[in-house]
Amino acid sequence: MGAVGQAGRRGDRVRSDCWVAVSPRESGGITISLKSKVESMYGDSIRKLIKDGLGVLGVGHADVEIEDAGALPFVIAARLEAAVKRVLPDTVAEFLPEAKPFTKYGTTRDRFRRSRLYLPGDQSKLMLNAGLHGPDAVILDLEDSVAPSEKDAARCVVRNALRTVDFFGAERMVRINQLPVGLDDLNYIVPHNVHLILIPKVESPEQVVAVHDRIEELRKEHGVEDEIYLMPIVESALGCWRAYEIAAASPSVVALAIGLEDYTADIGTQRTNKGRESFWARSQVVNGARAAGVQAIDTVFSDVTDMEGLMESVLEAKSLGFDGKGCIHPRQIEVVHRGFAPKEKEIDKAKGIVLAFEKAEAEGLGVVSLGSKMIDPPVVKRALRTVDMAMRSGLLREDWREGGADNA
Amino acid sequence: MPSPEMKKNAAGRMVPVDINGQTAVPYQGVGKYRPTGNRAAPRIATSIDYPESGNKVVPDLKTALKEAGIRDGMTISSHHHLRNGDFVANAVFDAAAELGVKDLRWFPSASFPCHAPIIEHMKNGVVHHIEGSMNGPLGAYCSEGKMRGMGVLRSHGGRYQAVQDGDVHIDIAIIAAPTADPFGNAHGLTGPAACGLLGFALADSQYADRVIVVTDNLIEFPCIPWQIQGNYVDFVTTMDAIGDSSKIVSGTTQITKSPDRLRIAEMTARFVKEAGIMREGFSFQGGAGGTSLSFAIYLMEMMREAGIKARFVRGGSTKYLTRMLEEGLTDYILDGQTFDLEGVRSMRENPGHVNTSPFTSYNWHGKGNFASMLDCVVLGATEVDVNFNANVVTHSDGRLLHGIGGWQNCLFSKCTILPIPAFRDRIPVIVDKVTTLVGPGELIDVIVTERGIAINPLREDLLAAVHGKGLPVRTIQELKAEIDDLVGGAPKPPELEEKIVAAIKWVDGTVIDCVRQVKG
Repeated sequence: MGAVGQAGRRGDRVRSDCWVAVSPRESGGITISLKSKVESMYGDSIRKLIKDGLGVLGVGHADVEIEDAGALPFVIAARLEAAVKRVLPDTVAEFLPEAKPFTKYGTTRDRFRRSRLYLPGDQSKLMLNAGLHGPDAVILDLEDSVAPSEKDAARCVVRNALRTVDFFGAERMVRINQLPVGLDDLNYIVPHNVHLILIPKVESPEQVVAVHDRIEELRKEHGVEDEIYLMPIVESALGCWRAYEIAAASPSVVALAIGLEDYTADIGTQRTNKGRESFWARSQVVNGARAAGVQAIDTVFSDVTDMEGLMESVLEAKSLGFDGKGCIHPRQIEVVHRGFAPKEKEIDKAKGIVLAFEKAEAEGLGVVSLGSKMIDPPVVKRALRTVDMAMRSGLLREDWREGGADNA
Repeated sequence: MPSPEMKKNAAGRMVPVDINGQTAVPYQGVGKYRPTGNRAAPRIATSIDYPESGNKVVPDLKTALKEAGIRDGMTISSHHHLRNGDFVANAVFDAAAELGVKDLRWFPSASFPCHAPIIEHMKNGVVHHIEGSMNGPLGAYCSEGKMRGMGVLRSHGGRYQAVQDGDVHIDIAIIAAPTADPFGNAHGLTGPAACGLLGFALADSQYADRVIVVTDNLIEFPCIPWQIQGNYVDFVTTMDAIGDSSKIVSGTTQITKSPDRLRIAEMTARFVKEAGIMREGFSFQGGAGGTSLSFAIYLMEMMREAGIKARFVRGGSTKYLTRMLEEGLTDYILDGQTFDLEGVRSMRENPGHVNTSPFTSYNWHGKGNFASMLDCVVLGATEVDVNFNANVVTHSDGRLLHGIGGWQNCLFSKCTILPIPAFRDRIPVIVDKVTTLVGPGELIDVIVTERGIAINPLREDLLAAVHGKGLPVRTIQELKAEIDDLVGGAPKPPELEEKIVAAIKWVDGTVIDCVRQVKG
């Protein structure tokens, strides 16, 4: 009996995933033994996928065993590749599913990042409909939600998801592992239209620079044209202390986030709902981010059943100066958006400034003024954002200019 | 068994014209089939043949069956109000086996996984075949071609129709009754196996030659209210327990936690609101599935906000519908079955919570029925095709897994909505052609999936009503193309054997489709 490489999940409770075992041989070609819940419908197509995959991965002779519980083709491909690489670690080829056209949209440096939905990198099922819930961003997570033994398998799933899953316009983020492992994660991610990389547990600007440099190398190597942005997460006393340096470490950084679970442990206390223990850290992150000219993003709210608690937490984050919050369940998204939505007074004020700005532009004036007051460019920018967010939040009609002062 | 003679019906499906030796009429289209003549009449009974004392109690089920004259080849009916907690149907066929009877036709209003022991009785010859929904192990047994006769699946209304026009003659009806008196009056409101109501046993009580009431809560005459009237009943007998109450009604009905299903439920409620269906005095029907419950909760919230009240809602009732009634958001619940303890309590206590039967709600041979009066109804489906035809009995691999229930009957509402996920694991729900045709597309108005809402092009009024309302309305072809792309192409249609294992009846008694044996 030779070596066997296995990957994936099996058992009665598994759905939308599969388990693949590959036993390479010296000769005899490929034999496939398939047990699938969708055998009658997709059995032939699964066998073909396995054969094609082994060809791409350079395996000519092997016994392959599959237990399938309705996994999508990109998941089967990822499981096969992980299984092959576990038994033949020198394999360098990748078995890439065809990149779908709807995965190819871009992003911008200062787009809204109110909500970002965490998706465990080894669980494809949760990814498929994630974009439908309307988060500003999805995070395919390779770090804490993936067991240490499954990091390699999750890389394949995340890469394949980046190529095949429609996230319906959400910004496409990946959280890599803590360095140095995270640097290797980048090989699987950078060539596949990732918009932003989250770097966990950052404590020094050098770590950000290391990620930036590795990304630049890979971009050159693979001809990736679009810039890939960075969001360092600080999760320790040292990280918070150096918030500004970290946020300013690279021009690719567009936001600085805080993670409180590890932070509170690090300072020797526990997280409370009131959050007095993290007040300094959160303010430090907001100020560090603002000083570096990037967005400040708050931690996640971990009780998915407590919507009122979530709303309080969002309003607090907003009042501290944060631009967004992490979400660990799709139901949190709507609450987060509602919490970050501007209040009626803010909208009215912003509308006045935007109208004044547009008037000044139309008249070719360099200076925007409202009544007798001059309006500074950052205030105009902020007002434009407020109006934009009000429209996105359904609080202001798209045609508000024609409709006068009526809010939706 | 040789393949029976087949004919193409109006939906283009090949169907048998002979089912278990009885002539069957192929489906002719919606609203096309009108049998004439007089209804089948029940056996004439004479009151002097019954004890003047009104006491019809016999010692046990076996005695009751013997006295009822059970013999080979008879049709034995039962109802499914005790759902997956029913002890009675199994006990009936155990008793029949002890009496040495063979080849019975079991005619339940539905069967559940708890009835798996009937498989043994089919193997040992006591039961010939089942005409009724077959779920779980019974569905698998039938799908694999192991049942001797052909299964026949009917809707709740179609079952009443089949009894009334003589398609099915019930020799002995067994009525499991949570509470009964010695005369045979019975109800489901109290007792250890309380299930709310007994509407599905109504036709059986009225038309069977012999009627046996089985209870574990025998009370002194009179048993009030008499949901089943003792005047129809021949014998009353007792068992230690007629059911497992924890499997009859759930202590609490759970709403779904799945974010996708919640999204579907919310979009369905928004559709009902934006299409103008939700207006003062409207009516709707929802079920007890997770998505359907959540729909009711979202709709309730929207009704509260808009200050709108329904005139009536149709159950399966749950604590959520009960809350609507108690909050004054609806005047009545017209209930077909109660799904949780709160539903049972409400039916017992609240005069606005009214029990109904397939006769009032669904019957094809009634002079009208409630189903067509509903403003909207929310139903499930295993598959829908691009012409809005739907399947609710088989899965895409051809396996028989669900009954029809009131599903076909409900399609006659003014707006039939199917909130369904666009795919399950890898299996798309929207297909080119449904594996089994159960509901004609012309009666299905709206499909709500997590990826968008498809409105039947026949319903130009609905399309116009929601235009510009911010709902994700898409064509059904678009949705199908998107899912096929995601799952790696449309699935291969199942390869099935020639043998027909079950016929699917339309509400009027014609045969709309049939189910073939799966490859073993």
